Amino acid sequence: MLTDARLVAAKDLRIEMRSKVTVSQVVPFAGLVLVMFGFALDANRPTLDLATSGLFWVTVLFVAVMAVQRSTAIETTDGARRALLLAGVEPSAVFMGKAAAVAVQLLAVELVLIGGIIVLYDASIEEPLLLVATCVTATAGIAAAGTLLGALVAGVRARETVLPILLLPVLAPVLLGATRAFDDALGAVAVNGWSWLAMLVGFTVINVAFGVTAYGVLLEET
Amino acid sequence: MTTTTASDITGTRRRGTGSRTTFWLGSVGLVGVVVLILLGFFAAPADDDQVDAVRMIFIHVPVAMLTYVAFSLTAVGSVLWLWKRSIWWDTVALSAAEVGVMFCGLTLFTGSIWGRPTWGTYWDWGDVRLVTTMILFLIMVGYLAVRSLDGDSATLATRAAVIGIIGAVNIPIVNRSVTWWSSRRTLHQKSSLTDGNLEDLTLFTMMFGLVVFSILMLWMMIHRFRISWLERQVSEGNLSEALIARRAEAMVAVETGRVGGAIQPELGRQPDKGGFGEVEDSK
Repeated sequence: MLTDARLVAAKDLRIEMRSKVTVSQVVPFAGLVLVMFGFALDANRPTLDLATSGLFWVTVLFVAVMAVQRSTAIETTDGARRALLLAGVEPSAVFMGKAAAVAVQLLAVELVLIGGIIVLYDASIEEPLLLVATCVTATAGIAAAGTLLGALVAGVRARETVLPILLLPVLAPVLLGATRAFDDALGAVAVNGWSWLAMLVGFTVINVAFGVTAYGVLLEET
Repeated sequence: MTTTTASDITGTRRRGTGSRTTFWLGSVGLVGVVVLILLGFFAAPADDDQVDAVRMIFIHVPVAMLTYVAFSLTAVGSVLWLWKRSIWWDTVALSAAEVGVMFCGLTLFTGSIWGRPTWGTYWDWGDVRLVTTMILFLIMVGYLAVRSLDGDSATLATRAAVIGIIGAVNIPIVNRSVTWWSSRRTLHQKSSLTDGNLEDLTLFTMMFGLVVFSILMLWMMIHRFRISWLERQVSEGNLSEALIARRAEAMVAVETGRVGGAIQPELGRQPDKGGFGEVEDSK
């Protein structure tokens, strides 16, 4: 299964590399959102210090919606999903591969965004290990839930509007947990970030497990 | 020109979704609402602390409890659709979700109205139950959004079932995360049923409200179930009837040698919509 998942992830990432959408559109969009938040909060330094973690993860969620829509569109176009089914690849492997590809793209954007908050919001990293662990865990959870819900709206005309309605409420715990853990990692608020990380691990494990189980049903029936 | 109605297809002369059971349920529910209003506004005493605002719990607590009952039914129905392919349970899941979203909206609405005089604010971000209920409401609104997408009923049922289960699976995590997130003491009072501070008549009125709203929920769910069941029969009946009619017309056309041409108006055929294009071309 892991070999198949790696193949699917490599395929998706190769398509993204060739289309250059992530580099030319998604990353500039993420940077733009950071700048807009700066304008909206009147570039007030104390406010930005307190809000940096939340703004970072809200931006990541916006980017996640775009990344999941891209990931779904790849399979919808030209009946590629049927071809994937006919290729005999396990649906769970397809899920793992597509989620991994979304996660890799999100992590790349997050890397740029961390540079953005350091430069634009004057953030300083107090606990690098917690910061990296939060990024990896939260991103895996976002990618898992996003890939599953993306398959759910595949082939639907109104999927651009329906996906955020479905995805964002489900990702509410990630926004809460990752923001609090980042608050600790950036030294903005005195909270125990590691306990929030444990909650993120729980969210990710549950959504990966459910995705592996349910993805096949959606892939074959929708 | 005749118009095909749902009753023609289902072979029943009944108009609407009522029956003797729903008539009595609705009547008892209506009388119950009147009695609840009398009890709530005139018989039950005002609270020492909350004064008249306490009367809101006669609606708020029952609809909040029934919201969770409805969404639990949606989760169970979703599992049984995916597991057993039970159309009955899928229809129960849909009916419960619609009624549940309405009750959940009522819970948030009545809670906000009650919160203003009691807490001094309509909304408090530090309150776990409030925020969890709002996220649950948004997830279930998404469920209904999926139900309204285009597609055949089985596909929609599968898509919606996954959302129904995701909602149920994630709610404990949402609740836990909001609990931790809430740095302030929660404003929500402890369970009105268990804290033992309610007057006897107040408690009785609240329990009476629970019974009345349970009857109303059941009444609405039965009607919604029947509407959904008929919709499914109409859509599937229309398709199969149309297929049978087209095949019969094709057989007649072949047997009489009148392929295309004169027979087309009788078929109600629209030239731009395909149909017997190949047959016509081969003439």
